[in-house]
Amino acid sequence: MKPFDFVQPRTVDEALAAWEPGAAWLGGGTNLVDLMKTGAVQPAKLIDITRLPGLDTIETRADGATRIGALVSNADLADDPGFARSFPMVAEALLSGASGQLRNVATVAGNIMQSPRDAFYRELDPPSDPLSGGASLAVLGTGGRVAAVNPSDFAVPLVALDAVVEVRGPGGAREIALADLHLPPGDAPGNSTALRPGELILALRLPAAAAGFAAHSRYLKVRDRTSFAFATASAAASLRIEGGRIAEARLALGAVAPRPWRVVEAEALLAGRAIDAGLFAEVAEVALSGAVAVGGNGWKIELARRTAARALAMAAAGTPARMPALPASPFAPQAGDLIHA
Amino acid sequence: MSLSIRLTINGAPREIALEDARVTLLDLLRERLALPGTKKGCDRGQCGACTVIVNGKRVNSCLTLAATLDGAQVTTIEGLATGDRLHPVQEAFIEQDGFQCGYCTPGQIMSAVGLIAEGRAGDDPERIREGMSGNICRCAAYHGITLAVQEATRRMAEAEKGDAA
Repeated sequence: MKPFDFVQPRTVDEALAAWEPGAAWLGGGTNLVDLMKTGAVQPAKLIDITRLPGLDTIETRADGATRIGALVSNADLADDPGFARSFPMVAEALLSGASGQLRNVATVAGNIMQSPRDAFYRELDPPSDPLSGGASLAVLGTGGRVAAVNPSDFAVPLVALDAVVEVRGPGGAREIALADLHLPPGDAPGNSTALRPGELILALRLPAAAAGFAAHSRYLKVRDRTSFAFATASAAASLRIEGGRIAEARLALGAVAPRPWRVVEAEALLAGRAIDAGLFAEVAEVALSGAVAVGGNGWKIELARRTAARALAMAAAGTPARMPALPASPFAPQAGDLIHA
Repeated sequence: MSLSIRLTINGAPREIALEDARVTLLDLLRERLALPGTKKGCDRGQCGACTVIVNGKRVNSCLTLAATLDGAQVTTIEGLATGDRLHPVQEAFIEQDGFQCGYCTPGQIMSAVGLIAEGRAGDDPERIREGMSGNICRCAAYHGITLAVQEATRRMAEAEKGDAA
């Protein structure tokens, strides 16, 4: 690891003042410290933000929105009973990511800031054959480039629920829709997000309406092993059902694009329709219609299609009464009234 | 650069001068504080051999920079037993054959202590396996580990009931 300066500001103002080119924010560090060890990331200065006050709370605002402080850990958010009740697929996605040890430390802001990772992301030199890591290459949203998928589970249901990112920086405070946080590949080399230099995430916010899907919300994640693995394909599906019909739907896919991939046209197709497996297959077909295989990963397109259809069927069956033993797993119960034993 | 941190390690307050902010908690424990029970496996947060409890929660000490921990309470495998009396999780690992070579065992035990405190798994073997997925055992003693966590969970719940009565 390259040597670096280390500072521990006590206020957000102090933290922002400490920033300089080459500096990096240190939250939980589960990603950053790992990448620093291999030399893939070499900050000249670490600004430890974990002592900043007021960034580790979950609160409901007067307008009904839920505000999650940037430093809330993945585990604390998933385990917050009120949060899990209102946003069950977000809790399920969080619990399907990483390991118990990592979730205890990793922050929510760090989670959404994970860089797209291809098979070589830890290495300093680009690979001789960038197409050899097909499982981690994006099939949607690449603009014809070879790009790695965004690895976050958490960001997938968040983008489906219109999450907003609150930031502060040298230019003051602003908000970025989570859907706009991750830049299309090639737009800004060396920078994969819309954050400007020196900007710091203070909170994530879910609008009040996002809780309206709580009764029919699932995150489904297919991976190479049952636990502690990144997704090869995932889907967050939410339905608001009124009188046996879908009043409103949300659908986002993970591990297929360089960003969490919301599929608005699929959502539009679902609105007003009766629940039906044929409909879900048709909608999933539309969701993947623009996908292009790269590096021999055509299987990912078919996998994502089936994952999306199944996640919609699981959401239609209802949110389980209790978090499944294997959160987001295809081996978890499919219907809402089943509890895995 | 000189950084000074105060830690409570296994109940004992320690004042530690760090010459370099690069030192991880894992290296601090093993190289500076003569506590080699915590193991270095992958050194990248994937194997769980370095698991310790920081402020009541299980963490990978290999990914934790010591400089960030001023004021923290740290419990390692060396701090689990009370004198000669083993912790219930340690006893259960012996009784249920929860290890073979033993290298991953301190991390497995600390992770199990953390999991039981989280209350996430209860004695459901599927939930225990999921909850312990951050700890790799290359001898594949997983069956014994699951039984040990189940057994320790039951015993600790009974002991708590006994204390409350």
